[in-house]
Parts: sequence; structure tokens; C-alpha cells
Amino acid sequence: MNSMSSLLRKIPPGAVVGVVFFGAWEAIMRIRDSTEFLLPRPSSIAREVIRQWSGNDGTLSTAPLKTAGWNTGYVAVTGLVLGLLVGVLLALVVTRFRRIGGSLTPFAVAINATPIIALAPIFNNWFGITGNLSNQAIVMVVVFFPVFINTAKGLTEVHPDQLELMRSYGASDFTILRRVRIPNATPFFLTSLRLAAPLCVIAAIVAEYFGGPQDRLGPVITQNASFTRYASAWAAIVVASGIGLGLFGLALLTERFAMPWKRPAQMQ
Amino acid sequence: MTLDSSTPAVKVHAVSKTFNAGSSESVQALADVDLVVAPGEFVSLIGPSGCGKSTLLRLIADLLPTTSGSIEVFGKSAAQARIDQDYGMAFQSAGLFDWRKVAANIELPLELMDYSKAERSARSSEMLELVKLPDFGDHYPWQLSGGMQQRVAIARSLSFKPRLLLMDEPFGALDEMTREHMQNELLAITAELGTTVVFVTHSISESAFLSDRVVVLSPRPGQVHSIVDVPMGDRSDDTREEPEFFEKATEIREALRAVEVGL
Repeated sequence: MNSMSSLLRKIPPGAVVGVVFFGAWEAIMRIRDSTEFLLPRPSSIAREVIRQWSGNDGTLSTAPLKTAGWNTGYVAVTGLVLGLLVGVLLALVVTRFRRIGGSLTPFAVAINATPIIALAPIFNNWFGITGNLSNQAIVMVVVFFPVFINTAKGLTEVHPDQLELMRSYGASDFTILRRVRIPNATPFFLTSLRLAAPLCVIAAIVAEYFGGPQDRLGPVITQNASFTRYASAWAAIVVASGIGLGLFGLALLTERFAMPWKRPAQMQ
Repeated sequence: MTLDSSTPAVKVHAVSKTFNAGSSESVQALADVDLVVAPGEFVSLIGPSGCGKSTLLRLIADLLPTTSGSIEVFGKSAAQARIDQDYGMAFQSAGLFDWRKVAANIELPLELMDYSKAERSARSSEMLELVKLPDFGDHYPWQLSGGMQQRVAIARSLSFKPRLLLMDEPFGALDEMTREHMQNELLAITAELGTTVVFVTHSISESAFLSDRVVVLSPRPGQVHSIVDVPMGDRSDDTREEPEFFEKATEIREALRAVEVGL
């Protein structure tokens, strides 16, 4: 009896919620809607994911999920890396040259206030729709802002006592940057990474809706939905959320790895 | 330059400090301050808030420029003394770096001074012994209580064995019992190392217990109102209950009252 309850306690609550959620979904759809017209059952979606993963049976009109997922993932991750680089570099510049920083920050805020996705048709004209560049640019612009704002905050918001202490050692600005500002900004940067990781997948797919090569998750979703192949559209959505979850998990791992000093309660 | 025992540790001569000089928000923090601290002496700066006691400490540390007057530390300019790392500093907040283990925090100034790794770890173990935290070198700061963190900050300020220690209300955030413990330990450590201390506080009993001399400052602009000598010799917990200690505390309190009413 006791071993039974201790076994139950080891099951993570998230798994319980998941099983209940999908179970209820499956059950309600079986009872109410045998045609699955608007919302397919989880089991049908899972079947489509498996059937369309490699697409070897030649029955698909859209790209196989493996190919589309790989391509969209590539755009999302490369755009993410570019956005991280630009965000961190800009944050360093703003910290180093406060006067430039003063004029740069409102500019960055203005960029952020623009619905970036509205730029997609223009980026398509600039960078062309036959390659990745236009969509990568969208992802980059979406990602860069939270990274820039958070990292700049971490670089500048150092406790004044710590700065005075470093100056009392005769430390140069560069030494203070390396020994104090950058480590101080690390948790801020990693928080922005946790935001940016799922964001880059969203940005990539929405950008794909506006144009670009067709063997991507975005076009697979829109094409299947327009032909009322909802289970297939959902299958592509499942792959997209899988990529987003994977990147989020990687961000959490990076956090744990890069900040061994964090108290366990602060980890998620 | 050779240093004989007559060269003062700190010599503040006719120092004034005005913030935002020349603008409409100009504030005179200190006016015409003179102060000489002998090597090995423990001097406290006390006064009502806004009297410029922390400003004076930062001028000695060359963290702020003087408006007029001169400051010498061991016979050199304050700027040279800062570059030569002649003094250590401690603040009200421990100011430990979260991302460094306790030992690495203590070793930071030594890293900046290019001590070898072996020397650094030898010195941090020695300092951890001194502040009675020998087993905590491998912990992160958040694993320590406030009082323990403050002890680490003091160990850090002493790690390169500076001849002068500048402290800005280092025990201000601690509870009464921890504070008294820390005062005892500070006196024991500085006596052992022969360190000169300039100590900013707003606690009357703290200044009376720790100091050889207590400098009472008057506010707006900060000036030396009076200096109270506290010739009590070696201090212990019993000192806190001796009549002489109460007499000195009373003398300091009266000087502070006189300052408040502007005498």
C-alpha cells in the first residue's frame, strides 16, 4: 500500500495533467463529432504525424514533416543565434558608450513597437523569397529586442558598492566589464534566452505564412488547412511545438550549466 | 618613499567638497575639514545623516575628487594610494559577487594584483580562519547568513593585508548580537595585523567601543565639530559594561546633541 502511494508520488503532476487533457479531448471528440471536421482527435493527429513524417508513400501533396520541420527549425535557430549576437553586441555598445546608448535605446524601442511581422512582405522584396534570408531576418528582429533590453539591464544595473569596490582596487573599465558587468548580466541574458527560444519558432512560422520556400511547416499548415485536411495541419503544428519545446528545454539546460552559482529554488 | 612612524596614515588638510558646483543644485557636503590619523589608530566618523561622513571616507579612498584641500594617505596622494592598493574597503552591504564562491570572492583583489594561484588560495584560507569561517570557502554567498557574508567582505578587504581599512557602516545591517561579535572580531583582527581603520558609523556605542578617537561631524556643510578621545586600552565584552565606556558614550552623545542644536 505504502509502496503504491510512493510510486504514485513519483509521477510528475505535469504528466497527469497531460494524460487527463488528451484523454478528455479524445473522448469528447469520439462522442460528439465522428467526422472530426474542425478539431481532430489526438489519435488521428498522432497517426498523421507518423504517416507524414518521412512521406515515403508518395501520397502527400505537401513536404514531409521531417523535411519541413528541419527547414523551419534551421531558420528559427539561425535567426535566434543572429538575434542573440545582435542583441548582446548592441547591449555592450550601449553600456560602453552611454551617450550613444541614450539615442539608441528609443530607436530599439521604436523597432519593438512596430509589429515586426508587418515587415515580412517588405523583407521578402529585399531578401527574395527563394532562400532563407527573408525569414531569418524576421526571426532575428523579433528575437533581438528582449535580448538587447535584458542584457543591457544586467550590464548596467550593478550594485554601486561593487563598482566602488572595483575602483578601489584600481580596476580599469575593461576589467570591471569582464569581472563584474558580464557575470552580472548572465542571468538577465539567460532569462531573455528562455523568452526567445520559443519566440523564434513562432516568428519563423508566421514569416513563412507570408512567403518563402514551400517545404516549410508554415506552408504545410496553410495548404492542409485550405484543403480541409485538418489532421495534417495539426500534425505540422505538433512538430512546430515540438521544436519550440526542444529549444526551451535547451535554454533551461544552458541556464543550469552556465550558472552553477544559482540557488536551486531559483531554477525552474 | 620611506615611511617612518611619524608619517600619518591619513592626513586630510582643509578639504571641502561641493557636489554639482556652479549649478543651481550645488550642495556643499564638507567645508574645511582637517583630520590626521596615526598608523595603527582606529578612528570613527560619526554625525547626523547628511553630515558628509561617507563623503569624507570616499574622498580618502579617491572614489570622489575633492573640491579643494589635500588628502595624503601614507604620505602619497589619495589617487596614488588607490592605485598602489594601500587600503581595503568594506560597505554596509557585503557586496559579494554571487557568481564567485566565498574563497574566490576573497581572492578577487589578489587576482587583480596578479598573485599566483597558490598564494591566493593560501591567503584565502588564512583569511577564512581569521574571520572564523574556515569551512565555508567552497560555498556560494547565498548559502551564508548576512553576518557571515559581512565577515567574508571583511576577509576580502583584508586579503591583501592593506595597512589601512576604510569602512562605511559595515555592521549597519546586522542584528545587535551579531554586530557585537563582529566588533570584537574586527578589533582582534586589526590589532593582530596592525591595521589603521577609518570607520563610518551612526551608532554611539559602536564608535565608543571600537575607537581610539571619535570624530563628531556637524551637518550642512560637514565640519569637524569635536574629537572625543577614548583611551580605554584593549576592549572585551566586559568593556561594554564598564562605567568608563558609558562615560565615553555619554560624551559622544552630548557632542552629537550639541551638533543637532547647532552649537
